[in-house]
Amino acid sequence: MTRVRNDYVLYGAIGVAAIAAPFVFPSFQIQLSFLWLMILFAMTWDIMGGQMGYNSFGNILYFGVGMYVSAVVQVGLFYDVAAYTSAAGANIQSFTPSQFLWGLALGMPVAGLAAAVLAAVLGAGMLGLRGHYFAIGTLGLGILAAELAGAWDYIGAGSGMVPPLFPDGLGSRPRFFYFVLFGIVVAAFFTLRWLYSGRFGLAINAIRDDEDKAEAMGLHTRRYKTVAWGVSAFFLGLAGGPVGAMIGFIDPRDTAFAGTTWGVFMVLMAILGGKGTIWGPVIGATIFHVTQELFWTFLLGWQRVAMGALIVLIVVFFPQGIMGWLRERMPERFGHRVEDSPAGPGD
Amino acid sequence: MAEALLEVTNVSKSFGGVIANDDVSLSVPEGRIVGLIGPNGSGKTTLFNSIVGFHPIDSGSVKFEGREVSRMRVPQIARLGLLRTFQQTRVYGRMTCVQNMQISTPPREEGLRDMFAKARSGATEKAEALLEFVGLYQKRLLFAGDLSFGQQKLLEFAMALMNEPKLLLLDEPTAGINPTLINGIIDRLKRANADLGVTLLIIEHNMRAIMNLAEHIYCLAHGQLLAQGPPAEIKDNQRVIDAYLGAH
Repeated sequence: MTRVRNDYVLYGAIGVAAIAAPFVFPSFQIQLSFLWLMILFAMTWDIMGGQMGYNSFGNILYFGVGMYVSAVVQVGLFYDVAAYTSAAGANIQSFTPSQFLWGLALGMPVAGLAAAVLAAVLGAGMLGLRGHYFAIGTLGLGILAAELAGAWDYIGAGSGMVPPLFPDGLGSRPRFFYFVLFGIVVAAFFTLRWLYSGRFGLAINAIRDDEDKAEAMGLHTRRYKTVAWGVSAFFLGLAGGPVGAMIGFIDPRDTAFAGTTWGVFMVLMAILGGKGTIWGPVIGATIFHVTQELFWTFLLGWQRVAMGALIVLIVVFFPQGIMGWLRERMPERFGHRVEDSPAGPGD
Repeated sequence: MAEALLEVTNVSKSFGGVIANDDVSLSVPEGRIVGLIGPNGSGKTTLFNSIVGFHPIDSGSVKFEGREVSRMRVPQIARLGLLRTFQQTRVYGRMTCVQNMQISTPPREEGLRDMFAKARSGATEKAEALLEFVGLYQKRLLFAGDLSFGQQKLLEFAMALMNEPKLLLLDEPTAGINPTLINGIIDRLKRANADLGVTLLIIEHNMRAIMNLAEHIYCLAHGQLLAQGPPAEIKDNQRVIDAYLGAH
């Protein structure tokens, strides 16, 4: 039972550190907000890629959809969206604090649900694909979405969209978004921990290990796969709105459907930390994000080269991720536990 | 006579020009152990795949409990209580034996809300009892992928029993198993049939094992039904002996 108590001590320590961080390091608040976003990216990707063995390269789709849906809801509550976007930022309407908060409070859940519904619809076709075919198929989704968003005038087409900007009178802007993103990550983490601890976790692990066997045993595999993708999409969609508002501008290719950066990072961070574990994506995202920030600071001009080299190093030296590496090196601390089994002879 | 639990009538299946099953009929009465033998490539596994819905059949009918299942898909048929094990073992390698068992609970009982439920303590007890039954209790917390081939076969058998099928199709349960363990497997199969009431249809190459187990045996050769009858009759059937020794 010490393990359970250790867990709560760990959660408490992380919680205190996370709440104190924006006050202790006020100049790093934006970077720290992005750290939470990266952790969320890695965690939501790992539901599919790690726990269920479905490597999705299109999860960024749900983030971008969430970002646009939330912005449209936030604007649409008070103004005509088409007129707002056609002004293309030249005549930005202002939002009062209460308009902004109501917009975000409604926009976020609507965006999350829209993303989850979209995942269910797309999943009906795409979750029938297995292995590499699923990976390649999903890769197309993100690209497709970016092209569509870049051509749709209602949401600003290629010139992007300006979401309602953070109004005066609500305190510190970076701190506000920091705590919104922190809250989403906490909600996602405990939702996943709960899901993985029951039948759902066993079922998606079974699909990862042998989907044909799971079907032959009569498991409702499609149901589990759809829910898994829906949960992943929900949290990504939920985060889209606040991130759009935090950045202050939605570009279809570089912020909403940023497949070549965030879309790839979410995969790498989960692999770096260790696929299929609850802590792996958290650790991987943290190390990845901090390293990335350091590259920008100390290797400016070469940061993309260094990033590319890092990605190669991750895949070559940590194919099992940090958690996998720890389990191999220190099985007594991190390994799979064989409790109270008598020390009988192996075979 | 009451209708048999499984009724296969005139089933044919071909892959391109290869006729794997040609007009095969067999029936498995409830509560029995029925054997299916034949030389390599005679179409036994294809017939299993046809029965469980792994691929569509070209013609004929497969009835389970009087219901036509030849147009259904694998998971649907499995949920009716018709299960199969694989010739090459299939277990969930990166899950422990107990977890393998916990996820194999009867899907007939699974509603939408059960998707998110914790493993029931009753299910865990049953899982451990079945692991004890197949002699894997000591290994229950090991990853299934770390077990030997023979142990994986036993685990797969235990998972199938956990699922409480009405009919279990076993594809070579003794292949690749240490000869001293085979008697144990024969014994467990008989007990599963007698005590748990599971009807068995078994593909087997080990003549001693299948003659010992089955009450009725079907023999396939070149995709066609060659002979059927009680073990003693099959053993002395000249056509069966010729097929196995390659006399024609």
